[in-house]
Amino acid sequence: MSTETIDLRTKLITDFHARESVMNGEAKSAFHQKKRAAFTQFETLGFPTPKNEEWKYSNVRDLISASYNFNTSDTLSAEDLIDLKMPEQAANILYFVNGHYNPALSTVVSSTDQIIIDSLQNAYKNNPDLVNSYFDELVKNDSDAFTSLNTAFAHDGVFIYVPNNQTVEHPVILRFVSDARVENVASQPRNIIAVGKNAHVKIAEAFRTIGDERSFTNVVTEINVGEEAGVEYYKVQNESENAYHIGTTQVRMLEKSHFYAATVTLNGKFTRNNLNIVIDGEHCEAHMYGLYFPDGTQHVDNHTVADHSKPNSESNELYKGILRDKSKGVFNGKIFVRPDAQKTNAFQSCKNIVLSNDATMYTKPQLEIFADDVKCSHGTTTGQIDEEALFYMRSRGISKAEAMSLLMFAFCADVVSQIKIDSIREYLENVIAEKLSRK
Amino acid sequence: MLSINGLRASIDGKEILKGINLEIKPGEVHAIMGPNGSGKSTLASVLAGREEYEVTAGTVTFDGKDLLELAAEQRAAEGIFLAFQYPVEIPGVTTINFLKTAVNEIRKYNGEEPLDAARFLKMVREKAKLVSMNDSLLKRALNEGFSGGEKKRNEIFQMAVLEPKLAILDETDSGLDIDALRIVAEGVNSLRSPERSAIVVTHYQRLLDYIVPDFVHVLYKGRIVKSGGKELAFELEEKGYDWIKAEVEAQEVN
Ligand SMILES: Nc1ncnc2c1ncn2[C@@H]1O[C@H](COP(=O)(O)OP(=O)(O)OP(=O)(O)O)[C@@H](O)[C@H]1O
Ligand SMILES: [Mg+2]
Repeated sequence: MSTETIDLRTKLITDFHARESVMNGEAKSAFHQKKRAAFTQFETLGFPTPKNEEWKYSNVRDLISASYNFNTSDTLSAEDLIDLKMPEQAANILYFVNGHYNPALSTVVSSTDQIIIDSLQNAYKNNPDLVNSYFDELVKNDSDAFTSLNTAFAHDGVFIYVPNNQTVEHPVILRFVSDARVENVASQPRNIIAVGKNAHVKIAEAFRTIGDERSFTNVVTEINVGEEAGVEYYKVQNESENAYHIGTTQVRMLEKSHFYAATVTLNGKFTRNNLNIVIDGEHCEAHMYGLYFPDGTQHVDNHTVADHSKPNSESNELYKGILRDKSKGVFNGKIFVRPDAQKTNAFQSCKNIVLSNDATMYTKPQLEIFADDVKCSHGTTTGQIDEEALFYMRSRGISKAEAMSLLMFAFCADVVSQIKIDSIREYLENVIAEKLSRK
Repeated sequence: MLSINGLRASIDGKEILKGINLEIKPGEVHAIMGPNGSGKSTLASVLAGREEYEVTAGTVTFDGKDLLELAAEQRAAEGIFLAFQYPVEIPGVTTINFLKTAVNEIRKYNGEEPLDAARFLKMVREKAKLVSMNDSLLKRALNEGFSGGEKKRNEIFQMAVLEPKLAILDETDSGLDIDALRIVAEGVNSLRSPERSAIVVTHYQRLLDYIVPDFVHVLYKGRIVKSGGKELAFELEEKGYDWIKAEVEAQEVN
């Protein structure tokens, strides 16, 4: 371990104690007790090294060797948003700048009887018991240092609560902006999403950066999917060449619920996404789509878990990647089928196009099946662009570059077309097309 | 228009074309027949610019240009079209979008403005009607899940849209029902003009009832071993290839 790594850890430990010392009575709250427990876990775990099997191909040394300002204030004005434009859509749009909720930039259009959307901070002030009943109930702090760190410092983020039987018409778009114009910044948003019985909602998290200094985002989202509920959840990352991102989305599904996730990583220096779904009910359907398109020396790591603990449910996973230049990709997909989970259907597929000899893709499907009456399959492919298809297109007058671009756009479309929030889908199509035209 | 002289080509070190000579004048239709594996598709691919084949000797000129110097897409823009024996499925790219890109890339090559969406659509509708191509196929991913006959029809449809100077049809007739065969042939015939030529690769004389050729050639073991008029096709249909093979073997002995 280098001295710098000790520095960031020591700094965070000092920070935690400093915060705690000014807390007065709040330090005794159940909320803070959870944070304290997580903090102790973080102290024990420390930052992972490649010796840790879960971090074998993703070395965080570079990430933790810098110092960051964890306590920036909100610095973004409406003019700054011009660079962050997305196609317009009637939606609930919330801005978080360096992890802090920015009410001035945000708009909520849905009525409060359909959905409660608030910052975690406000929600905790107004309704501590409700927030506390969901906070830190799904994640595991004892195995992942970044998750425990996020829990320990959980301060702001979004709190979304959809009451039973509500179908929320307008999507919720959460925009996380790292403002790295003047210094290295770090943020640790904590999002809580609770969707009631037979309630339906679409939510997107979009991550962007402005400025060229380093940004470090360590985000955790907990999603409770109630019985018969339907949740569509999209995570979209288009950050800077200097952006480090570690995120965990932890999902629990109850009986007869549906959950769709799409995780799309188009830009960022170092990205690690954990998507963990516990299927804790019968007749559930979980769909996981992923797309990553790193170039330069970017690094994208997706770890997913579909944990079937009840019978008669289905999980379906498709991750796709295009790797250029000297980029690296990692896919680790775990499927657990617990002894009770008979008649599980679980499918997983990871397809990659590696466009350069210097780019590398590591794939690792991991199936652990403890029930006997199940249907499971997995497959990974890593290859180049289909030469037959390329020749066919060229023989019609389409240049090689244009043909490649069409084929790659189509490759991405399998994932992007799954996204049901129009403005997000259009935005991604635009960024992908732009990226494809830039050679 | 097209002049092939002493063309030799190999793949993975194996020589497939062993000295092809062929002269095609504007407006002519040449049929190429021959046993399986004799090199017909190889010749078609080499002319269309497939890079896997290595041309080891010979020349090919097309409208005065050295064809072998041009990339596949440049050949297409110069007016060469290959209807594939096995059209490729391209998931995620619709036929219509694919063709629009092709048309506009060719126009760009020839220094023309891109077609606007309305004019392109109008043109495409007309051509689709010409080959009785269902509109719904145009919106589907290119050839994906198309039946064998639909794929072949799509090739002819693309040909009708691109209006090539030299069309090379590689067994476009195989796998077609009688009605489709007639439609495909009509599509080809509607393009016939004093400036346009075609190479029609087929195993069956039947197609040549509809697309009447000026010349028929037999390709065998990488060479054109016999040429004649359309009556040669009848003779082959009746007698098969044994007599030709015997002739070739006799010559090889001499
Ligand atoms: N990639 C390759 N590697 C090795 N041999 C090849 C390759 N492609 C073609 N060949 C061989 O070249 C020969 C000619 O093939 P070609 O497809 O041109 O024949 P053809 O005359 O079109 O036959 P058919 O009537 O069956 O379509 C065959 O023996 C074939 O096996
Ligand atoms: Mg052939």
